[in-house]
Amino acid sequence: MTGTPATGQELAGRAASPGLAAGPVVVVDRVVAGTRPAGDPDAEAARLSQALETASAQIAGLMETVDAEAAEMLEFQLAMLEDEELTAPAREAIAGGSSADAAVAAALDAAIAEYRASQDEYFRARSADLADIRERLLRALSGEEGAAGSMAGAVLVGTDLTPTRFLETDWSAGGGIVLAEGSPSSHVAMLARARGVPMVTGLGAFDMSGLTEALVDGDSGRVRFNPDEAARRQHNERAEVLAREAEAAKTYLGRPAATACGVSISVMINVAAPEEVDALDPSHCDGIGLMRTEFLFHGPGGLPDEESQYRAYRKVLAWADGRSVTIRTLDAGGDKPVPGLTVEESNPFLGCRGIRLSLRRPDVFRVQLRALARAGCHGNLQVMLPMVSVPGEITEAARLLDDCIAELRAEGREAVRPPLGIMVEVPAVAVTPERFGEAAFFSIGSNDLTQYVLAAGRDSPDVAELGRADDPAVLALVASTLRGGVAARLPVSLCGDAGSDLAVLPKLLACGLRRVSVAPAALARVKAAIAGMRLGDDG
Amino acid sequence: MSDVALTAEVLLEHEVGLHARPSVKLTKLAKTFQSRIELSPGPDGPWIDAKSIVKVMAARAPKGTVLQFRAAGDDARAALDALVALVRNDFETGAAGEAE
Repeated sequence: MTGTPATGQELAGRAASPGLAAGPVVVVDRVVAGTRPAGDPDAEAARLSQALETASAQIAGLMETVDAEAAEMLEFQLAMLEDEELTAPAREAIAGGSSADAAVAAALDAAIAEYRASQDEYFRARSADLADIRERLLRALSGEEGAAGSMAGAVLVGTDLTPTRFLETDWSAGGGIVLAEGSPSSHVAMLARARGVPMVTGLGAFDMSGLTEALVDGDSGRVRFNPDEAARRQHNERAEVLAREAEAAKTYLGRPAATACGVSISVMINVAAPEEVDALDPSHCDGIGLMRTEFLFHGPGGLPDEESQYRAYRKVLAWADGRSVTIRTLDAGGDKPVPGLTVEESNPFLGCRGIRLSLRRPDVFRVQLRALARAGCHGNLQVMLPMVSVPGEITEAARLLDDCIAELRAEGREAVRPPLGIMVEVPAVAVTPERFGEAAFFSIGSNDLTQYVLAAGRDSPDVAELGRADDPAVLALVASTLRGGVAARLPVSLCGDAGSDLAVLPKLLACGLRRVSVAPAALARVKAAIAGMRLGDDG
Repeated sequence: MSDVALTAEVLLEHEVGLHARPSVKLTKLAKTFQSRIELSPGPDGPWIDAKSIVKVMAARAPKGTVLQFRAAGDDARAALDALVALVRNDFETGAAGEAE
């Protein structure tokens, strides 16, 4: 897909965050240095100094509006900006007759290339911060300062989007995100879902010039640029209907979920970061079906210590107020590298990720298990192992957990032994669940299960159409897992995106699923949709 | 360094080495002293300006490095003590905060 989309033409990508958005287009593509001829060196040097000041002030301002973790990342960028060494090559180039724009672009490109070439994954990841700095300086030089912050309600269109650009954008007046590349499982997509910003990724390359307005459908993954009046009206009408439905759905929030035929469904939530629960009412859900722990491992300080993990887990357990909380041990690897821990692999989704990595790094795994065993004293905790493919992995993890508990008690600390269950995402488990009876529960990870069953990578837009969670083969494995759960008397839930996909959910319930864990933003509409479902007919 | 320099060394135990957050704290602390301060990932250099985060990051000192510091100036002793304490405390404690 190349060339400028014709007026009103609709493009299809992958839905990354639900909802509808309409607004003016702001192209956020990598800023190209202006080709403006250089003024005299003194004037260019002054422009550079001005741009550095502007950029520093912007970051300092942004730091006041974000949480502690994001602020630490920004503090690093600020320190880099304030260090004259960063722009020393640029000042040299300016003295030699270059324009400030070209000099900054070249200096930062060289620095970015050096970071990217590093053997050290953590160091490589910092190249994104330098790319952020580069973009910010070039924007300041072209007089575009503060453009991102001032365009409330805009639809950001680009090849990809940096997390800081997301954080500094004012989403209070709506707006959306449309990306040629990107992925629904990216960090930015997670942020977008948490904030309720509609987002479509993987449109493929297209000419972004001449785009003025966009209609974004984050449910179907469709985008219409420069729409005519009819398309705009249709979009607005749908948005109104959806808003009314969302309002009506809220009335279901405070009630236990049950189908129209009276079958109770347990609806829990997925949590990616402890702060997410602050805005949520625990009585609206039946607990936390999946708390991810990857976010703890992405701070600029590196791997988290036992104490900071313990605090994060305990906070969520306290919030749940006795409701079940399932915390997943670190699921690093695949598309979620962790600096200093994961190894680079040519085929990471089939590589050393999840429990495989944890068992190879008991030094890191034990810290997490100790924190979990201590936190378990303060609520209703279950621990879940990701990417289990053979029963021996459960045995080994259980042994480590028991070890950690004995160690804690020997130290005079309080600890409990939480039930140890597993994600069912490797087809091997779903095909023969009876071999995995050592687990205390099963939780179907439909995203990975789907990509593995259909051999369609989650990160590849080209095969996205193949990776459908309601493919008959996937549903057969869901049913197999449920049968295995019944036979072994283990509870079975599902915590993948399929649970909040209203087109797929009825099919899952028809397989016998009765426990589902969904994104907090989807809680109301999932409960409302369940209330309208009759088991036995998919309509 | 032309002045007589004082030196100190400390084992870097931070899990990911001298990376973003530790480098921010270290350079911020170094900048609070008048003395000229340099660090090196080994006894033979290269010596780099401990007040420049660009240079400190570029040193890419991993966990297990014995960091060498040298400082020259009126507050050289205090600077070395503070920097060694910061590294020894795994970049966590009040050492950096107090200096801000």
